[in-house]
Amino acid sequence: MGLGVESVFGDSVVTTKLDKAVNWARSYSLWPMAFGTACCGIEFMSVAASKHDISRFGAEVVRFSPRQADLMIVAGTISYKQAPVLKKIYDQMCEPKWVISMGACASSGGFYDNYTTLQGIDEIIPVDEYVSGCPPRPEAVLDAIIAIQEKAQNDSIIKDRVRDFKGILDV
Amino acid sequence: MYKADMLVAQDDLKATITKLKDEEGYNLLLDITAIDYLAYKDKQQSRFALIYILRDNTFKKSITIKTFLNDNRLEIDSLTDLYYAADWAERETFDQYGIKFLGHHNLKRVLNHHQFVGHPLRKDYIITQGQVCTETEGLMDEMTPLMASKGYSKEEVDEMMLLNIGPSHPASHGTIRNFIALEGETIKGCVTEIGYLHRGFEKSCENHTYNQIIPYTDRLNYCSAILNNIGFSKTVEDMLDIQITDRAKFIRVIIGELSRITDHLVCNAANMVDMGGLTNFWYLFAPRDKAYDLFSKLTGARLTNSYTRIGGLEYDLYDGFDHDLEDVLKDVEQAIDDALSLVAHNKIFQDRTQNVGVISKEFAISAGITGPNLRATGIDYDMRKTNPYYYYDNFDFDVVVGSYGDVYDRIMCRFEEMVQSIRIIRQAMKQLPGGPINIDKPSIILPDKKDVYGNIEGLMNQFKLVMDGVKVPEGEYYSATEAGNGELGFYIVSDGSGTPYKVKCRPPSYYSLGAYPRIVEETMLADAVITMASMNFIAGEFDR
Repeated sequence: MGLGVESVFGDSVVTTKLDKAVNWARSYSLWPMAFGTACCGIEFMSVAASKHDISRFGAEVVRFSPRQADLMIVAGTISYKQAPVLKKIYDQMCEPKWVISMGACASSGGFYDNYTTLQGIDEIIPVDEYVSGCPPRPEAVLDAIIAIQEKAQNDSIIKDRVRDFKGILDV
Repeated sequence: MYKADMLVAQDDLKATITKLKDEEGYNLLLDITAIDYLAYKDKQQSRFALIYILRDNTFKKSITIKTFLNDNRLEIDSLTDLYYAADWAERETFDQYGIKFLGHHNLKRVLNHHQFVGHPLRKDYIITQGQVCTETEGLMDEMTPLMASKGYSKEEVDEMMLLNIGPSHPASHGTIRNFIALEGETIKGCVTEIGYLHRGFEKSCENHTYNQIIPYTDRLNYCSAILNNIGFSKTVEDMLDIQITDRAKFIRVIIGELSRITDHLVCNAANMVDMGGLTNFWYLFAPRDKAYDLFSKLTGARLTNSYTRIGGLEYDLYDGFDHDLEDVLKDVEQAIDDALSLVAHNKIFQDRTQNVGVISKEFAISAGITGPNLRATGIDYDMRKTNPYYYYDNFDFDVVVGSYGDVYDRIMCRFEEMVQSIRIIRQAMKQLPGGPINIDKPSIILPDKKDVYGNIEGLMNQFKLVMDGVKVPEGEYYSATEAGNGELGFYIVSDGSGTPYKVKCRPPSYYSLGAYPRIVEETMLADAVITMASMNFIAGEFDR
C-alpha cells in the first residue's frame, strides 16, 4: 500500500529504510476498532482499563469508526444476523488492516454449535491472530497485539497487500 | 409433580387473564413461552402448549397459566392491549415456535434474522442447522406504520432525518440497533431491533445435562455471571426438592452480592463514560478488576465463573478469602465515594440526568420492568425482600427506591444498592456457618476422587452422573431470583431424564429493552444515549 512518498524517492535504497520507519510507526500506534458484542467485550474493557492498560503498547486510541482504525478486535460471539454488519465494517477499514479474533466464539463459534451462531469469523473475514479463552484473560489479548506488531514490522509500503480471501458473504 | 397452576382452554385464555388482572391484581406479565411436545415421552393433548407467567401487585405470588393449542389452529388472542410487555413476549414465541397472536400489531421475528426460515425451538428443527443472513433489514416496515399511528404522512416521514444507531455503536453497549426518526434533535419515533447476539441458549439447554447448562447461564448476563448460576441452580434444586447446605447458601449470598456489585459498577462506569466522565470509569473499574482477581482465585475464571453446581458449589472458600474480600469491599467503598464526590453535587451531571428518560410506575409495571430500573420509579419490589430465599429475610438491608424514575435515580439506586450489598456481605461473612458445601446425595453430587478410584460404587456414581446427568423429576416449574437487572426467572420442563425438555429464561433486560423505544420518544437524541446506558441492557441476557 503506497503512501505517495515513494515517487519522490524513486525505487532507491531509501525505500527500505522508509519501510522500516513506517512499520515502526504503524506497529506502535495501532488504532483498534473494538467490535465488542458479548462477554469478551467486557473483558476488552479490562484490557483498556488501568490495570492492564493497553496504552503501554500504543494501542489505546479505541476508535468506533472503522475508517479511523487499522486493527479490528472482534470481541464476542458473531451470529448469522450480525455477520453482514461485521463484514461491512471490515470492508470500511482502510488498508493496512489487521484482525484479532478474541475468544472461542469469534474464533470457532465456541460452545455455541447451533442454528444461530457463525462457526468462526474466518468464514466472513480474514483473521490474523486468534486468541483462545472464554473469555481470554487480558494478558492474552495484549499478547495478540504484540504478535500483530511483529507482523506489521514485515510490511512494505511499496507492495500492495494482496488478499485472496473469499468468505461466505463474498459473492 | 410440579404442574402449571392453571390449565385453561384455548378460547378462554384471554378472558381468564383479564379476570386475573382486574380482580386479583396480576398486573405484571413476567413471560410468555410455548412447549413443543413433539418429542415428549408421553403423548399430550396436542403438540403445542402456551405458558403465561404472571405476578400479582403484592409481588409475592406468581402464577403460571397453561393452555393447549389445537393442532389445526396455532393461534391465540394477543394480550398486547392488557400488558405492554406482551408485545415482545409474543413476538418471541412467534419467532421461536411459529404460534400466531391474533390482534398483535407487529407480529414479526425478533431474535432470528428476517431471512430465517422455520422456527428453531420446534423439536423437529435440527440444532446445528444454521441459516446465512446476507443483508440487514431496512426496518421501514416498522417505522412507516409507527409514524402513521402518530399522524405523520409518508411525505412527512421522508422529510425527517432517519438515523440508525447500532448494532455496532459505542453507545449501544453491545448489539442493540435503534432506528429513529428525528425532528431536529428530538426523537419522534424509535424502532428497536435485537437478536444480533442471539446464541440459541434455550435450544442448547435442550441438548445438555443440567450441570452442563451452568456455563451457558454464565453468558446470559455476563456482568454478574454467578447470579445467573444461582438462579438456574436454585430452580433445578427446587424441582429436585432438595435444600442445599447452609454454608452453600451463605457462600452463594456472599458471592452473588459481590457479582451484583461488579454488575452495577460496570453499568454506572459505562453510563458516565457516555456522559463524558471518563475519570469515573477508571475509578470504578479498578476495584472491579480486583473483584475479578478474587473471583479467579476462587472459581478459576474472571468473568464466566460457573461457580455453582446442582446441589452445592464447585469449590469451598480458600484460606485467606475473608481478607481478600474485605480488601475488595474497602476498594469498592472508596471508589463509590470517589465517583460520587465527582458527580453527586455536580451541576452539569445533575442537569444531564435529572428528568431525563423518565419511566412512570404504571408503565414500568405494564412493560414488565423489574430490578433497579423499577425501583428507581419508586416501587419497592425486590425479590430478596418479597420472596426471600437463602436467609435474605435475616439480613439487615434496605431496598433502595428512587422517586422520579429518571436517569439520575437509576444511577443513584445502583450506587446505593452496592452499599447495601456490602452490608449483606459483611453480615453473611460474620455468620458464615461451617460444614460441607455440597449435599450428601450421590445421585446429584459427584463423588470424591478417592472413592472414584477406590471403590466400585464411587466409580459407578461418577459414571452415571457424567453420562446421564442429574435426573430431575418430571414436571414443569417456574422459579426466580433477584439478579443484577431484576427478576431472573427460569421455567423448566423436565421429562424425568438428565436433560431438560425445555428451559425458558425470563431475562429482565429483555423487557426493559422492549419498553425503551417508548421511553425515549419525544426526548433528545443525546438523552436517549444515556437513558440506554442507565438501564443496563446486557446483550447476552436479552438476546440469549
